[in-house]
Amino acid sequence: MRRILAVIAGGLCIAAASDPAERLADPTQEAAAREIFEEVRCLVCQNESINDSDAELARDLRRVVREQVAAGRDPAQVKAFLTDRYGEYVLLKPAFSLGNAVLWLGPFAAVLAGLAFLALRVRRRDLAETLTVDEEARLARLLEDRDA
Amino acid sequence: MTAELGAFALALALALSIGQTALGLFGARRPALAGAASGASLGAFLCVTAAFAALMVAFVTSDFSVANVAANSNTAKPMLYKVAGAWGSHEGSMLLWCMALTGYGAAVAAFGRDLPLALRSRVIGVQGVLGVMFLAYTVFASNPLARLLDPPVEGRSLNPLLQDPALVLHPPFLYLGYVGFSVVFSFAVAALIGGRIDAAWARWVRPWTLAAWSMLTVGITLGSFWAYYELGWGGWWFWDPVENASFMPWLIGTALLHSAVVTEKRGALSGWTLFLALAAFTFSMLGAFLVRSGVLTSVHAFAVDPTRGALLLAILGAASGAGFALFAWRAPALQPGGLFAPVSRESLIVLNNIILTAATATVLLGTLYPLIREAMDGEAVSVGPPYFNLTFTPLMAVAFLILPFGPLTAWKRGDLGAAGQRLMLAAAAAIIFALATFALVSPRKALAAAGVALGFWLVFGALAEVAERTRAFRAPAAEVWRRLVGLPRGAWGMTLAHLGLGLFTLGAVFETAWKIEAAEALSLGGRIEVGAYSLTLDSVRTGEGPNYIAERGHVTVTHGGRVICEARPERRFYPTGKQTTSEVALCNRGLDQIYIVLGERRAGEGGRPAWLVRGYFNPWVQLIFLGPLLMAVGGLVSLSDRRLRLAAGRKAA
Repeated sequence: MRRILAVIAGGLCIAAASDPAERLADPTQEAAAREIFEEVRCLVCQNESINDSDAELARDLRRVVREQVAAGRDPAQVKAFLTDRYGEYVLLKPAFSLGNAVLWLGPFAAVLAGLAFLALRVRRRDLAETLTVDEEARLARLLEDRDA
Repeated sequence: MTAELGAFALALALALSIGQTALGLFGARRPALAGAASGASLGAFLCVTAAFAALMVAFVTSDFSVANVAANSNTAKPMLYKVAGAWGSHEGSMLLWCMALTGYGAAVAAFGRDLPLALRSRVIGVQGVLGVMFLAYTVFASNPLARLLDPPVEGRSLNPLLQDPALVLHPPFLYLGYVGFSVVFSFAVAALIGGRIDAAWARWVRPWTLAAWSMLTVGITLGSFWAYYELGWGGWWFWDPVENASFMPWLIGTALLHSAVVTEKRGALSGWTLFLALAAFTFSMLGAFLVRSGVLTSVHAFAVDPTRGALLLAILGAASGAGFALFAWRAPALQPGGLFAPVSRESLIVLNNIILTAATATVLLGTLYPLIREAMDGEAVSVGPPYFNLTFTPLMAVAFLILPFGPLTAWKRGDLGAAGQRLMLAAAAAIIFALATFALVSPRKALAAAGVALGFWLVFGALAEVAERTRAFRAPAAEVWRRLVGLPRGAWGMTLAHLGLGLFTLGAVFETAWKIEAAEALSLGGRIEVGAYSLTLDSVRTGEGPNYIAERGHVTVTHGGRVICEARPERRFYPTGKQTTSEVALCNRGLDQIYIVLGERRAGEGGRPAWLVRGYFNPWVQLIFLGPLLMAVGGLVSLSDRRLRLAAGRKAA
């Protein structure tokens, strides 16, 4: 039942960040805050950023982020502030860290593995295209016949 | 009584599937048994259909003694959604899944008369195995026709967000797609049992892949469109686990479509094509597991307990495990197919496959990584859209760059220089459009302009290929016309699909980069500006719907002083579930859309009531949905190609 409720709560999240009552007066600061919102998870929602969520907690987090931006903190500092309190879970973009190496390098490893596989096959194909010992011998004999 | 008949039909379908399995697998060398297997598969399909009809009747008549109806329907619900309620819940949608599964089995029996007997019999047999597993799961663990001892007077109703025409069609298309890959899976297993895979096999597999892929494309697009206008803020893709679950089989299916062409035309890559054929349905089953087990948090997960999830995982493990084990055992013995040079259409398709597979792996990794990390060191992490934008998107950009070269490069040994020459015009046009975009569209965005170049590159690349095939601009008009009319449907299908991809790219880039958003609390007569459009809130009236009460707004949209649209966004309250939803209003302006949302009421200036009104200007957004639809149409046009419908044996001439 709780899950159903969560789904409903998730559904209701309606572009909350644009609410004029919450906005910062300075448009550049507001834009900076909005960019950060996109990367911060609404912790009680089902996989939504605080930019999109109308949940109470998302509202609070937006207020915190806006306050920090207004106080002149840069995005990295704001994110550090959030992860100190809520853990890495709060960031929708996982940090580039050793613990997340698999995640960030995985896609590139997959491409490289594919290319290596292809290269290997092409090489093997080349081998297949070269003649076998028997064929070499036969070819030599044919050439000899022609020369003779 | 109807529900009991339905439950009985479902059990009968399970029994018939068991028969179908045994008869099909042993019937490979005995025509009589093979015929009986076909009969059993038809019977199983009819029985599941009967069960489904029974469930639908229970929904239509609001028979709350059926547990599933009581939990998901309500007398006040409009008829369309009563009917659709039959597949709106976990149990009902499993029944729909089974109907598609047995339906595809019956279709192989009905349309596969030209297949060699042994292959057909085995395909039907393997399809039977899958049917047994999923039907047993439905009958014993998720029976939608189970009765309640103490039926309630009124039901609980479907989530109002799901009461929407797009969502009525979304699951059937999606399931026809997911489950369509089961046929491909069965073909692969049957070929591995028989130990033979050749061009003819690939030709039989292609139509099924095309059908499944087209359906899945439509299903995903409908879902995306629903999210776009129903969730109320214009997002159309969230990289949500459930969306990813549907996207992975699509990506693998796309790779399979291409590699199967190579296997059919050149006899090469047969092992790889088999592998993809097994993988596509594996990802379908993985999706079913992810959505229904509750292991991942998602906006659209079904409410289901972990035990049922474990059972689905067991089915996935058994079916795919057996398939891939068979592959590991038999594939090395397959005849290596035709040779090709490093520069050839084959190689380009292999590159396409590498990228699509890596992209699938990326989506899988991103989706499952929170689970992996938690198992590794107990740390909870989130993987959201920013991750996919940084990994998946560049991969696709590379694939799009290569794409137009493929159709213009010869099989076996190609000449990239020649292909490049033919694409010169397309490349020039794409760059000019991108430069124009960069210069004219504000705010200036270099990366988005590059995306625009990529989109036009795909569009013009597809057109260049048609021009090349018809010798346009080089031959006399009459000959060009003759060639144009004579192009096979398969070629048109490919062109349409690639064109659709280009249009989608353009839409996605424009919408993402140049969307404009505005929100303000407006009293009656108040106005907000959204880009060049101005929105005036004229009136808000309360009204009543069949199962909700609504505030109906009237917003006039003007552009340069001229009225272009009278929009009527609504805010609805559903008393049964105590839920509020928002019905957005969309105004079309060519490919653009103005998207208007009526929000909550709050106190405005001077104590007058005000409403939070949001407006979005979404440039070229329609291409995001039209592009994929064009791709699906391309798939269906390809499917109608005579060559694919003819038996390969007969076509040998």
